[in-house]
Amino acid sequence: SSHFFRQDIMKWNGWGYSDSRFLFNKKGQGEFTGKRYRLSGMILPSLKDWFEATFGTSLQHKTPATPTLNVSAVPPPNLVEPFVEELKVAGVAASHDPEGRVFRSHGHCLHEIFALREGRIGRVPDLVVWPNCHNDVVKIVELACKYNVCLMPYGGGTSVSSALECPLEETRSVVSLDTSQMNRILWIDEKNLTVHVEAGIIGQDLERQLNESGYCTGHEPDSMEFSSLGGWVATRASGMKKNIYGNIEDLVVHIKMVTPRGVIEKSCQGPRMSTGPDIHHFIMGSEGTLGVVTEVTMKIRPLPEYQKYGSIVFPNFQQGVSCLREVARQRCAPASIRLMDNEQFQFGHALKPQVSSIFTSFLDGLKKFYITKFKGFEPHHLCVATLLFEGDREKVLQHEKQVYDIAAKFGGLAAGEDNGQRGYMLTFVIAYLRDLGMDYYVIGESFETSVPWDRVLDLCRNVKERIVRECKERGVQFPPFSTCRVTQTYDAGACVYFYFAFNYRGLADPLHVYERVEHEAREEILANGGSLSHHHGVGKLRKEWMREAVSTVGLGMLQSVKEYVDPNNIFGNRNLL
Amino acid sequence: PWRPPSRHAAFSGSTTSPDLRHPGLKKRDELEDMLEERRRSSDARHALRCYAPAVYKGLAPREVSALRGAVLQSDALQHVIGQVSRRELVQEEAAHLLDEMAHRLRLGTVRFFAYVLSKVFKTLFRSVRVNEEGVQRLQQAIQDHPVVLLPSHRSYMDFLMMSYILYTYDLALPVIAAGMDFMSMKVVGEMLRMSGAFFIRRSFGGDKLYWAVFSEYVKTMLRTGYAPIEFFLEGTRSRTGKSLTPKTGLLNIVMEPFFKGEVFDIHLVPVSISYDRILEESLYARELLGVPKPKETTSGLLKARQILREDYGVMHVYFGHPVSVRSLAQGRVKRSQYNLVPRHIPQRPCLAAQALVGEAAFRLVRLQEQAMVLRPWTLVATLLLQNPDGMDLPVLEEQAAWLRRLALSFGAFLDWPDCKPCREVVGAGLALHKNLARVSGGRVRLAVAETPGVGQTAEELAFDRAVGVLSCASYRNQILHVFIRPALLSVALRTANSSRKDEVYTCFNFLWTVFSNEFILCPGASVQDFEEACYLLGKCCAVQESQQDIVMSEGGHATLAFLRALLDPFLQGYQVVCQYLCKETEENLRENKFVPAARNFALQLILAGTLKCYEALSSDLQKNALAALVQLEAVTKVKVGDQVTLKVNRRAASSLEDMLGTF
Repeated sequence: SSHFFRQDIMKWNGWGYSDSRFLFNKKGQGEFTGKRYRLSGMILPSLKDWFEATFGTSLQHKTPATPTLNVSAVPPPNLVEPFVEELKVAGVAASHDPEGRVFRSHGHCLHEIFALREGRIGRVPDLVVWPNCHNDVVKIVELACKYNVCLMPYGGGTSVSSALECPLEETRSVVSLDTSQMNRILWIDEKNLTVHVEAGIIGQDLERQLNESGYCTGHEPDSMEFSSLGGWVATRASGMKKNIYGNIEDLVVHIKMVTPRGVIEKSCQGPRMSTGPDIHHFIMGSEGTLGVVTEVTMKIRPLPEYQKYGSIVFPNFQQGVSCLREVARQRCAPASIRLMDNEQFQFGHALKPQVSSIFTSFLDGLKKFYITKFKGFEPHHLCVATLLFEGDREKVLQHEKQVYDIAAKFGGLAAGEDNGQRGYMLTFVIAYLRDLGMDYYVIGESFETSVPWDRVLDLCRNVKERIVRECKERGVQFPPFSTCRVTQTYDAGACVYFYFAFNYRGLADPLHVYERVEHEAREEILANGGSLSHHHGVGKLRKEWMREAVSTVGLGMLQSVKEYVDPNNIFGNRNLL
Repeated sequence: PWRPPSRHAAFSGSTTSPDLRHPGLKKRDELEDMLEERRRSSDARHALRCYAPAVYKGLAPREVSALRGAVLQSDALQHVIGQVSRRELVQEEAAHLLDEMAHRLRLGTVRFFAYVLSKVFKTLFRSVRVNEEGVQRLQQAIQDHPVVLLPSHRSYMDFLMMSYILYTYDLALPVIAAGMDFMSMKVVGEMLRMSGAFFIRRSFGGDKLYWAVFSEYVKTMLRTGYAPIEFFLEGTRSRTGKSLTPKTGLLNIVMEPFFKGEVFDIHLVPVSISYDRILEESLYARELLGVPKPKETTSGLLKARQILREDYGVMHVYFGHPVSVRSLAQGRVKRSQYNLVPRHIPQRPCLAAQALVGEAAFRLVRLQEQAMVLRPWTLVATLLLQNPDGMDLPVLEEQAAWLRRLALSFGAFLDWPDCKPCREVVGAGLALHKNLARVSGGRVRLAVAETPGVGQTAEELAFDRAVGVLSCASYRNQILHVFIRPALLSVALRTANSSRKDEVYTCFNFLWTVFSNEFILCPGASVQDFEEACYLLGKCCAVQESQQDIVMSEGGHATLAFLRALLDPFLQGYQVVCQYLCKETEENLRENKFVPAARNFALQLILAGTLKCYEALSSDLQKNALAALVQLEAVTKVKVGDQVTLKVNRRAASSLEDMLGTF
């Protein structure tokens, strides 16, 4: 399936596929359109009440997006003719069609989408090029150097760090290098369990194709439907099932990257080396500032024989965190274990589809009764962990028992497979919800951090409270939705994910308010011992904190690498440094 | 749509705060008599009524025993225990220390106190007036954040009254840091423990374990929102009526959980408690003159029953606006400094944090001062002290009315009934304090003996008079904070070589430094204080300011003379201390011998008739003067073994004396 014009099936001003979106139908019921997801075509009866109560909104007050892109608002391209000519001679596909340029001018930060919805177009790339293979990229980079053209690698376009924004101060011609045509699996090595792939491949395609041969990489970031292998490498991505398969830095065996200085790669595929600092670590997390990742050798695993979801209800968030900590201490974390706070738990409930029979609804009622009345859980404190086990059947069941036994020590009650599975399904549809909010005066975003275990609770509480307080001080009329979940466990800490959204009716400059609040929230994270980012990366959004995050010497080290590899700043997206 | 509004308590960070620059503009809450209800309905029912205070929103309910376990098992305490050898023994010792310290709050005891204190307070006081808006603010604060209550400390009544008020208004009862001296009163000590007091040893300087138990105990209660924590910034009861220089030890401890991110915020609530008459009035004067403080014993307390027969007028309790530690620290303390070491390991706070705590302590004491209700009698006492030969009643009344206007224009929180004629107001004060001032033949004077009584030595007479003067001064001292900055400026204006502002400021700054231990002057704020003084004196038309100069205005004489006279006893007293140190021949003067020797020196001057200022006998003044001399390096403290001796730089001390003489 050629994704040459992927933008044809995807929204130009929102998340994901054009056919899939949330809406409130004429009866005011929530609904998810399309056929792609388990939730597609379902009615969500509680969504409206939750939405109105949580944000203080009314379905009467709409803020619809500009329906179509106004092509005339797109600035004319600034082309370097000889560069374009030579590309053509080299046989590299290129286009300066405005829609394609706009499509590649942004990631999915709130301010980027908000502007598009209002029909505002900022600086966009002047040209899009589609290399077909490693050698095409070599050619493009050579030409860019020759004509001093600015290159910005573009993979899946799911960045949430302003990494894809064209720097306003860039006066050269900006060329978006779209890797989507480099999407082949070049070989599978079953003896060493590795796969060699072109870096433009999209996560779900890689997984599907490997599955056909009975393998998987097991790397499943929440964005895997749209994000690319090269993007994962460039941002140090993390996958949901990293407990079994590892994060991207554990998965890659070999990387080939084209830089203005030439091609960088290792001479062999040895599983570990002591050859000075690992050059892969200059590449991973370089965020497109050094070159284009063209090919990657990755580890693969045989497909697991058995998968089982699960969920646990805890009386409160504190107990839940203690349980996750204990699971991490005993190093028995399942493929995935996530803990939602109470607000997110209620949010999840609001997305429950219409129950098909009286019997299920009766069962639901019973469960609720058992947990809140019989077990004495306070409905406004309880929280839920979702679990995913993988492996051979017997071991999974054993593992499951071990985890539930630990949970019981922290007051946790097993709450069924269904709740767990729905939790993970929500991961993929939740990004669509922001677009629904934006139809009704609600804006929001997610952000993440990693933090030592002993500070998880304090950080979560303080950041959530800081968000509430900052919104209030900045004139937000209704308390914001400020919630978090622990999404990954490590030996020495955890990854925490925050969602935050508010109703912006009555605010003169909602985006500004939003940006200030996010800024203050990040300050709070750093003050509480959290990292600048666990896996989203720095981009341009979090650049101001880099010096503090890695020290002046550390920043200088990175700068000197950049200076050597790309002295003329051909890869001029100005991320990170 | 927002949850109940939690007032944002920021005390506007910098010194340019409008409250400080224009104290007169400050809006103050109304005060209501809380005893009124008690006089109308049954005390027993009050004591037994349903008591269900609103508590901290994040509170996980905890029993006293669970609190004990949490402290003893805390990482912080275990860390310190691990550093000392023989873990088991130390663990036991820690448990012992904690048991000695910990409160055992019990509702039964609280109810008992509620009953008894209702009776006692109704007998002692005509009314107890409280700002109910402040109580409401506090109630909200308690639900939103861990709260620290910081009352001023003038009397033992203070913390009894605090708990009594909180109980009456259905607020969470505080746990109170109390000195160990109470423990010796067996029954009462235990009763206080059961009503929420916990006991700290007076000094435990190097005892790491004690420190760890103590600070972890306080922080655990704070972090969990267990109960509001109450302690006295001044460390002890002020015997002089002036606020004492704040101690920062406990404030450091309670602010740390915020710096370390263990709580979102902490609210500090200054509380100003003022009395028409202080129960300990003459006791304090005697203490200041070196008659030792009676040891707290239960039987001593029973003897104090005669106190119940007297009239102590009105008591005022003013709950200030909560001060958010988060707002205080905003942009000043980098909390990330704690990122690289586990938080249970004790870590010296950075300089910025230390500075912040010190500054906050002073500001909070100043907030206490500013909300202290002042009664007309304090003005009368001030005037009487300035006129030791007495005043004709009409003159006194006239001057009191004048002083009232001056005090109000300086922003004093003066409780002077508008509707009553001045004569009545002054008369009421004189009646209540008849033990201190005597009216005869239309003339008012301090109630001090003129001639020795039968069998009384000249020395005893001098001490007797001193008791009268110091008792009276303790009322004057209550209003000094209103006048202190303009008073320093008034003195500086007369002494400065010219009217150029910079020269006047030099003089002002010298005095400001010398008296920085005597009055609440925030460290490093001398410029702001100078500006404030200029502003206030300009406002009451006593001086005129131009770009370069500051001069007395035509009608400013009376105001400036009055203000100078306010400082006079202190200038004289400090001079006497300098004189003493210059004349002292003992090479290795032991620090603990300093006060008696200085007192004796002053006494001899008084007996010889060369000194009229009885306040020079006050040990408080002498200690403050010594601290100033140490600060100015005229005296150095040398530690030899257990003893601290004072090394006097005679030249410096004598030149300081000369300087003070010029003022």
